[in-house]
Amino acid sequence: MTSQAAKAKAEVELDPFVGVDFSNLELSLRRPRTFVSMLFTAITIAMTLCALVPLFSVLLLLLWRGGRKLSIAAFTQLPPVPLEQGGGFGNAILGTVVICALALLISLPFGILSAIHLAQATPDNRLANSVRFVGKVLSGFPSILAGVFAYGVVVMATGGYSAVAGAVALSILMLPTILLTAEDAIRMVPPSMKEAAVGMGATETQTVWMVLLPTAAPRILTGIMLAIARAAGETAPLLFTALFSNYWLIWHGHVKLLQPTASLAVLIYNFAGMPFANQVELAWAAALVLVIMVLITNLIGQSLANRQVQ
Amino acid sequence: MSTSESAHPVSHPANGKGDHSLAMDCSINEVYYGTAKAVRDTKLPVQKNAITAFIGPSGCGKSTVLRCLNRMNDLIRGFRLEGSVTFQGNDIYGPKVDPVAVRRYIGMVFQQPNPFAISIFNNVAFGLRLNNFKGDRAAKVEHALKSAALWDEVKDKLSQSALALSGGQQQRLCIARAIATEPEVLLLDEPCSALDPVATRQIEELMKELKARFTIAIVTHNLQQAQRVADKTGFLYVDTSEGARTGYLVEFGDTKQIFDEPKAKETQQYIRGEFG
Repeated sequence: MTSQAAKAKAEVELDPFVGVDFSNLELSLRRPRTFVSMLFTAITIAMTLCALVPLFSVLLLLLWRGGRKLSIAAFTQLPPVPLEQGGGFGNAILGTVVICALALLISLPFGILSAIHLAQATPDNRLANSVRFVGKVLSGFPSILAGVFAYGVVVMATGGYSAVAGAVALSILMLPTILLTAEDAIRMVPPSMKEAAVGMGATETQTVWMVLLPTAAPRILTGIMLAIARAAGETAPLLFTALFSNYWLIWHGHVKLLQPTASLAVLIYNFAGMPFANQVELAWAAALVLVIMVLITNLIGQSLANRQVQ
Repeated sequence: MSTSESAHPVSHPANGKGDHSLAMDCSINEVYYGTAKAVRDTKLPVQKNAITAFIGPSGCGKSTVLRCLNRMNDLIRGFRLEGSVTFQGNDIYGPKVDPVAVRRYIGMVFQQPNPFAISIFNNVAFGLRLNNFKGDRAAKVEHALKSAALWDEVKDKLSQSALALSGGQQQRLCIARAIATEPEVLLLDEPCSALDPVATRQIEELMKELKARFTIAIVTHNLQQAQRVADKTGFLYVDTSEGARTGYLVEFGDTKQIFDEPKAKETQQYIRGEFG
């Protein structure tokens, strides 16, 4: 009982019951910080909707203008010559796919292997730090310079425009995206997992191949997909390197990687400026196809990233 | 005030209003995360100026119940509560209630010390800034740090980063930060589980001092800790009968009764350490 009395006394001295007026707990816009919070929320929603306007208007315009010309012929036929009706851009679709695949083949080993080195490097590793810095600079690199570079190195050396030259140009653009996202992905693997492997006597290489890369794989793939999506839409680097062609890249079983090669981006560039209605319509259709291809690549990347979360 | 220690029936939701010895009354019928029923049938009063402890095995929902008391669970997608939680007689899940305002009066300290990466002073003053406090901030900060038994250790380095403090100091800083705005209730979610025994002891002493000014509810997986600090204890257990893991309140009462003469079989087994 004495402790109770002491407690009651202490209560009176230290904190006579004040209580909180319940109106303080009610939602009220008269409270300045609540009002500001509501206002800010409303502004963020409004701005989000505004940001969607250009995106959706471009998509709608593409569907409207490009959708009309979409047909089987567009996917299977070669581009028409001026004043010719019909035709398609099958060779450009194939060209875009092949050039992107070649570019990925070039940039993937460099990107992933150096990402492993970067992720494993200590913070004071000067090689890793400078590579990471260059990677960041390169990711903001004007794409036309990649084209000029590939022109100087590949086109001049091989004596002509080609799919390979285009792929080299695109691989330069893909490399920083793959490198930096893969490094992040590997770094996001919890250190405890790495410790578990090292603690069982795994070598550094075993740790990388058996734990780090499999765990980071979905995120790495997401980065790769984003890199492909970016490269597929590039026009400037291809103008100097792959140029364009009115013929198939693969003809009678021969793959002509050292010939000028058509691509969707360059086809759009060429046809959109022509004074012929048929070509302009084909350019719209090609733009729609390119957007859908990029969209699908992005969706695959997204779903891979979501699988990681589950 | 002299009758503040008189016994209260466990389930008596109507007596919250005007009853000055009762800070909160938790009357949870069911708590869902999405379709999973996390907690059921947990009804207990939180006495003013006392320490109420929640004990129980992992996954029994004791943290969930604690986080229901200041609507922290609102942040979790799919969270739904059936029942009521009253604060001074009013349901904090009522339609007009602003959860932000609820948390201003019912503060929380988390398992991992989580000071912001700013100075010690600004950490404590954070709540004052949130509420646009116009008075003497330095005095408030000093008072809060003294209340948290941290003042002597940090008074010469208030402008240094809070992250440079030790784990125990960081946790006391978090308590100082929580009490600087003078909330009514302080919720502590396993506040010592990341701390060493010395720091744990300091926090426990602190809790006993703070209950003179605040109402405290604490989740702990340390039975001795509940025994040392709590006035009232609730034991929660997991019901796996429906294939899911649903926590529920088995027993609630004076700490001494729960530990010395527990009524339910589960409580007896848990107190004896037969399962963890």
